[in-house]
Amino acid sequence: MEEEVRLMKGNEAIAHAAIRYGVDGYFGYPITPQSEVLETLAELRPWETTGMVVLQAESEVAAINMVYGGAATGKAVMTSSSSPGVSLKQEGISYLAASELPALIVNVMRGGPGLGTIQPSQADYFQATKGGGHGDYHLIVLAPATVQEMTDFVALGFDLAFKYRNPAMILADGIVGQMMEKVVLPPQRPRRTEEQLREQCPWAACGKGSRGHRNVVTSLELDSAKMEVNNLRFQETYRRIEENEVRYQEYFTDDAEYLIVAFGTVARICLKAIEEARAKGIKVGLLRPITLWPFPKEIIGNLSKKVKGILTVELNAGQMVEDVRLAAECRVPVHHFGRMGGMIPNPTEILEALVSKLNIQQ
Amino acid sequence: MTREEIIRPENKVYSRPELLTENVTHYCPGCSHGVVHKIIAELLAEMDLADKTIGVAPVGCAVFAYNYIDVDWIEAAHGRAPAVATAASRLNPDNLVFSYQGDGDLAAIGTAETIHACNRGENITIIFINNAIYGMTGGQMAPTTLLGMKTATTPYGRTAELNGYPLAITNLLAQLDGTCYVTRQAVHTAAAARKAKAAIKKAFQNTVAKKGTSVIEIVSTCNSGWKMTPAQSNDWMAEHMFEKYPLGDLKNE
Repeated sequence: MEEEVRLMKGNEAIAHAAIRYGVDGYFGYPITPQSEVLETLAELRPWETTGMVVLQAESEVAAINMVYGGAATGKAVMTSSSSPGVSLKQEGISYLAASELPALIVNVMRGGPGLGTIQPSQADYFQATKGGGHGDYHLIVLAPATVQEMTDFVALGFDLAFKYRNPAMILADGIVGQMMEKVVLPPQRPRRTEEQLREQCPWAACGKGSRGHRNVVTSLELDSAKMEVNNLRFQETYRRIEENEVRYQEYFTDDAEYLIVAFGTVARICLKAIEEARAKGIKVGLLRPITLWPFPKEIIGNLSKKVKGILTVELNAGQMVEDVRLAAECRVPVHHFGRMGGMIPNPTEILEALVSKLNIQQ
Repeated sequence: MTREEIIRPENKVYSRPELLTENVTHYCPGCSHGVVHKIIAELLAEMDLADKTIGVAPVGCAVFAYNYIDVDWIEAAHGRAPAVATAASRLNPDNLVFSYQGDGDLAAIGTAETIHACNRGENITIIFINNAIYGMTGGQMAPTTLLGMKTATTPYGRTAELNGYPLAITNLLAQLDGTCYVTRQAVHTAAAARKAKAAIKKAFQNTVAKKGTSVIEIVSTCNSGWKMTPAQSNDWMAEHMFEKYPLGDLKNE
């Protein structure tokens, strides 16, 4: 398949991007608002073309453990779900991180807590960026704002996951999962051969073959001294990721007197609010974190030295705002404006919140 | 006859299977796990499958199975071995994938994964050690614990009113269209161990031939958990366990 320009939903783009990246396996369970990922894969039947395995599991718990099993054999495997389903996957995600396995998990977030709503949300920020399951670990968390980024982050997520032997997550809000946009699909990449896999993943439990020794994928270590060494190794990986993989995008920050920090599609609504603000003479800039972990704290720290105040806009009760405050180190006031339960703010109310919370005199 | 004259290659009648590592096992003396491990190690060598085998270890006493049998292993979360094995098998169809699970792992916390892997007819072998107790955590009630049996969490004996009934899950798995071979064996005597070995061999053959899911239940002893000597455990098992869990094939297609 060649590069192709199409109009499609973010969820559909994930499926197309997975096939074209040469993913070996997808394991999922239906849940709104992300079911189109599995549906699109079933429609496209990649097992007849690239040989990609697609399987509807009996639960999200089974799906993430299938991902664990596939990843343990060195395969490029993924799952997708939405908030309540991603809660169920947390056990498996902790095991993936502890076993240093590459994998991609997609969370198309809906409003919670509990069964909540099927409408868009960003309320799983804490769960995604602070660990989520038990133990000290981090996922590499990518926040797409466009259907194009939904596509591109499949490849980026897998590349980073294999580079660092750590699971990556695409943390999308329900908006970008459901909305249709123009998207450029990349050309088909071949799946790795067995030889390439064994060379790239010498740790994989894929049968001893000619290796001469057995590989064991496990997160268990009863000797505390050894388990601490394992933990120190994980932390060292996280420091390397923090040093090398921070991604963000700046808009109108050169002359900004105020700063909005927002991720995902909310950042796009904020851009409209900034347009309205600038028309009124209020110089506002936007910082859009693309990696939510590692968090772009250095750039936010630098920007906090030149602006008068910062507002985070999120589809939650105030989660990323905590990381922004830590990055701003109390230099300027940092406030939060959010809508919850599946409600989406419009540009006008964002501008009103900016003016009132940051005490902007007009 | 001197010692040197006796210890000669042509006089050798038994040795440690080459795929059993030299690690000292953590299993209690008398426990059935050791015999089953030995059978698996022997078969994988005899069938020339060692280099293409992926074992999936459970949570429970067999959590360290990967320390003892010299093949590639994946350690699964509690109960999730059939899901882990599903993906390992589907993504590596030329490998032999088997899971090794206890009764708590397979018939309590992993019931959904077990039933659905079997129902999909995954090309895997499931080896199911049923000793009617949670050994690793210190002898608590298992789904297969017999009525009246005393455990750490049924100190006055299991009652149906409080704990429900012992679960013969293998009978249930035999009803599923995805299973091709479901059998119940034991390893408490040399004759039983030979039969168990033949059953596991058949299961591995089925898996290599992609015939569907094979389930081998081994009715087993846990002399530490049961608070008996190994010999008493074997007798007690034959007297009490086989009534609820009778040996023999439940399905052989």
